[in-house]
Amino acid sequence: MEEKILTSQFEPKIASFVCTWCTYTGADLAGTSRLKYEPNVRIIRLPCTGRIDYNLIIKAFENGADGILVSGCHPNDCHYSSGNFYARRRFIVFRELLQFIGIDVRRVQFAWVSAAEGAKWAKLVNKFTSEIKDLGQFTNYQKIKRDIFLEEAVI
Amino acid sequence: MNYGYFPGCSLHSTAREFNISTKAVCSSLKINFTEVEDWICCGATPAHTTNHDLGLALPYSNLQLAAQQGFDTLVAPCAACYNRLKVSDFEIRKSDEKKNRIHEITEDKTEADISILHLIEFFKNDFGIEEIKSAVKNPLVGLRVASYYGCLLVRPNEIVNFDDEENPTSMDEIVSAIGADALDWSHKTECCGAAHAIPKTEIVLQLCKKLLQAAENSSADCIAVACPLCHANLDMRQNQINKTFGTKFNTPILYITQLMGLALGYGANDLSLQSHFVDPIKLLTRKNLIPQLEKMNREN
Amino acid sequence: MSRIGVFVCYCGENIGRTVNCSEVTQRAAKLRDVVYSVDYKYMCSDPGQQIIKDAIKKYNLNGIVVASCSPLMHEKTFRHAVVEAGLNPFLCELANIREHCSWVHDDKRNATDKALDLIRMMVEKVKKNLPLDTIKIPVTRRALVIGGGVAGIQAALDIADGGKEVVMVEKSPSIGGHMAQLSETFPTLDCSQCILTPKMVDVNSHKNIKLYTYSEIENVKGYIGNFEITIRKKTRYVDDSICNGCGICIEKCPQKKINSEFNTNLGTRKAIYVPFPQAVPNIPVIDKENCTYFKNGKCKVCEKFCDRNAIKFEQTDEFIKENVGAIVVATGFDLYSIEKERSDNYQGYGEYGYGKDPDIINSLQFERLLSASGPTLGEVTRPSDGKIPETVVFIQCVGSRDKSKGIEFCSKICCMYTAKHTMLYKHKVHNGKAFVFYMDIRAAGKNYDEFVRRAIEEDEAIYLRGRVSRIYREKDKLIVKGADTLIGKQVEIAADLVVLATAMLPQKDTVPFAQKLGIGYDKYHFLSEAHPKLKPIETNTAGIFLAGACQAPKDIPEAVAQASAAASKVLGLCSNDQLEREPYVAYVNESSCIGCEFCLQSCTYSAIENKSIVNSKGELVKKVAYVNKGVCQGCGTCVSICRSKSIDLAGYTDEQIYSEINSMFV
Repeated sequence: MEEKILTSQFEPKIASFVCTWCTYTGADLAGTSRLKYEPNVRIIRLPCTGRIDYNLIIKAFENGADGILVSGCHPNDCHYSSGNFYARRRFIVFRELLQFIGIDVRRVQFAWVSAAEGAKWAKLVNKFTSEIKDLGQFTNYQKIKRDIFLEEAVI
Repeated sequence: MNYGYFPGCSLHSTAREFNISTKAVCSSLKINFTEVEDWICCGATPAHTTNHDLGLALPYSNLQLAAQQGFDTLVAPCAACYNRLKVSDFEIRKSDEKKNRIHEITEDKTEADISILHLIEFFKNDFGIEEIKSAVKNPLVGLRVASYYGCLLVRPNEIVNFDDEENPTSMDEIVSAIGADALDWSHKTECCGAAHAIPKTEIVLQLCKKLLQAAENSSADCIAVACPLCHANLDMRQNQINKTFGTKFNTPILYITQLMGLALGYGANDLSLQSHFVDPIKLLTRKNLIPQLEKMNREN
Repeated sequence: MSRIGVFVCYCGENIGRTVNCSEVTQRAAKLRDVVYSVDYKYMCSDPGQQIIKDAIKKYNLNGIVVASCSPLMHEKTFRHAVVEAGLNPFLCELANIREHCSWVHDDKRNATDKALDLIRMMVEKVKKNLPLDTIKIPVTRRALVIGGGVAGIQAALDIADGGKEVVMVEKSPSIGGHMAQLSETFPTLDCSQCILTPKMVDVNSHKNIKLYTYSEIENVKGYIGNFEITIRKKTRYVDDSICNGCGICIEKCPQKKINSEFNTNLGTRKAIYVPFPQAVPNIPVIDKENCTYFKNGKCKVCEKFCDRNAIKFEQTDEFIKENVGAIVVATGFDLYSIEKERSDNYQGYGEYGYGKDPDIINSLQFERLLSASGPTLGEVTRPSDGKIPETVVFIQCVGSRDKSKGIEFCSKICCMYTAKHTMLYKHKVHNGKAFVFYMDIRAAGKNYDEFVRRAIEEDEAIYLRGRVSRIYREKDKLIVKGADTLIGKQVEIAADLVVLATAMLPQKDTVPFAQKLGIGYDKYHFLSEAHPKLKPIETNTAGIFLAGACQAPKDIPEAVAQASAAASKVLGLCSNDQLEREPYVAYVNESSCIGCEFCLQSCTYSAIENKSIVNSKGELVKKVAYVNKGVCQGCGTCVSICRSKSIDLAGYTDEQIYSEINSMFV
């Protein structure tokens, strides 16, 4: 199973993919409200969660992310009416795939944060950061990658 | 579909004629109901007014019995039994915590995944009004019937929802199917006073008077019911109502299955028509609606 | 070769307090391809912007990262500055080190490191940014208004008065809508016809308005600025170019006893008819279903008497094409049908006996009874026997705010018009008694609450707070059984007439209509606005606007206000020959596109079409996706769904995003 490095110094790296209309604005609100949250998250702004090709998430893991947070508008609130539904539907399939290749699905979280939910964003980041701290550093990706390459070599 | 039959206590006592006529109708329509073995009282009003868990556990253990005996659907003719079974099922499906508690009380872990139908619901949705229509041998032409649903058959809507809770029509559909005139009257779902007959009889007298008056206003010949308690209040107390209020009601109260039985060719005795306080036989004879069984048998 | 400039803002102390800006600036200078890095107290100020402009020229920068506040705040400001220095605006990106960093973190070390990370990500992104041009779309400077009720009329007149051409399409034979059916209007009790009919005439005579009545929208193609509309002009059997509205045909028609829709079935009309005397246009229609000639093949009395030969029994539906740049949808509302369930799962109120007893009517029917031009010429009488009702019971919220009947929303206008009804009734029947069953009185509006108080205090309407369970007839009277929850008792009222204030619903065929236009609708089938607060007029489809009760229940002033708002949006749109918009749109790599059409299906806006690629001989080589830049809204859903990675989103390309990810963690 996954190797865990449980030291007090461990600060997880968290990548976040958010839509500009709801969650990015919500995160802005957390800022204007001076809510404090963990500094581990790095946000990538996209027009819509519908734009999230799940290869982006894999890429983030490859670059050393320990956890990934995806967030967009609540159902029926999507600026583009249904982009978030596409994202959610594909996310369900994507989770299965992650599970299949042996990535702990707890490392990827999907949330709805509206432009009004600055507090929810702050809470979400804190909660997710602490969960990832508990899960420890994500080293398994490199191992999986190695295994896959080995397998391909054998074939 | 494997239908279990849950007659309930009333149908074995004060409402024997409901049971007899139901069985007669089922045998004529080739409906196969099997009585659940070892069934117990549903708890009726007393159970749920004294203890909430008891009010759920009694009906639920009947559902468990039915499940153990391999039924997937349970049919109850009594409106009160039906209502209690439905409520229990609804509450327990909603909460696992409640289910576990009731499982402990009944000392039985059987999962009772059973659908519960009232007899009228069964006729309407499972059997089919058209099928009833085509089986009629003795259409009750000229009989003006006010269908009385009372409280428990169609309410509360979120739990028992086979008909409109304010303006139900399923019993009227059956009445029309057997050739009688279904009256659109005002008091279809008003309360008869129910169990208040014992502690506060005057309430029942007052409410039943209104019901009978409304039926008379719509020039009903008789009232059709599907609840033993409604029947008892309207039939047994009609004389008392007349005495108390100086009225002259003489409105026979018949179970819907008795009317169906007549239409399907059964005679007065087969349907226990003589066991009512307000005699329906005179009315039915006057309207020439009681089939001459011997004659029919000869013809067959 | 990228030459990136990084500009770090202190934002006074807002950033500087937690982020060590000078350290960030120094470290940023060491990032790859960063040729210039500087900090300043207020980068958004004039001198701050000047620093950027100067640096662009001096260091020949081709990519700008401003590390400051949220891009939602000042992206436009800095891009504008960049343009002034001669750079493409889309080569400037903001690193959000205020809202996403200094304001939300306490620890200086962490915040400073994070700020640098955010800058690095943006530096990597901006290297992949391409110069983009704002998209320009030509605009057809005329508009279509669908629906000729008060909202449609107002929108059309405003647009036409603004000097732009309007095409108005109304499905019924006359414009006027529901408002034409009303007697008087709240809260001033001015006559509805008196204020509406002049506007109806204006529509017909306005040089900029082309009116199609008895017509429907057959098809809508195109996009903002460039819609192509097909209108089906239904067969009137009367040539509207010849008919002068003399009315002799109506006078002579032998078919008299047809229920009049305009009079809500309380009056009759002929088989050839105009809905009401003030109809616009004043041109009759033959009701084919009830016309003796169409039923029996004989009659043609109207044709014989028409001295202009305007009756055309051989007429058929006509299809007309119109090009417009904008559309105002003002299709209005319909009433909840009380007596029966509609096909859309609403449960009726069988217990109220509407449709069974003629003296139980809905509010619109009561309006007709009150109206001076109505079937009783304004006398309030019972439909059953013509008697003047001495007791009238009004029931509010019939259908509205009733979850068990399928409608949870408030129809908004019923409290007001019921109060109006009690007043008008009382003004006509002085000894009459009006009872109102209500749930809450919702009279929020200018002079509204005062109006309801007047109904109660001066005109003595008796308001009972509670619901009605049943209405039934007892001889001459209707017994209304209800609850008065304020005294906690059941009440029974013997009434002569019962008026049900029925819920407002959208027009019956809203769903196929909305799909035709490509606009959204809610679960009740009201049309959806683009944003409930900030875009209440727009729809999700650019160039299509909403007015009136098609969006939600509204009273007349609100419908008119929204109509004028929609008109101003249309005039704004039509004030330019071309539209400009941000260039964040999808584009296709035709050489790798495999034509699977996944993107077509995923596009909410139908912005993607098929395109055939042919060789020099005109033979089909392959089919590929093609993005209509005018329609694309830039959500990027197609990008993530594309299997062959042949579609990308300008401004948020795969390259840009991967660059961000790759530089996210060091």
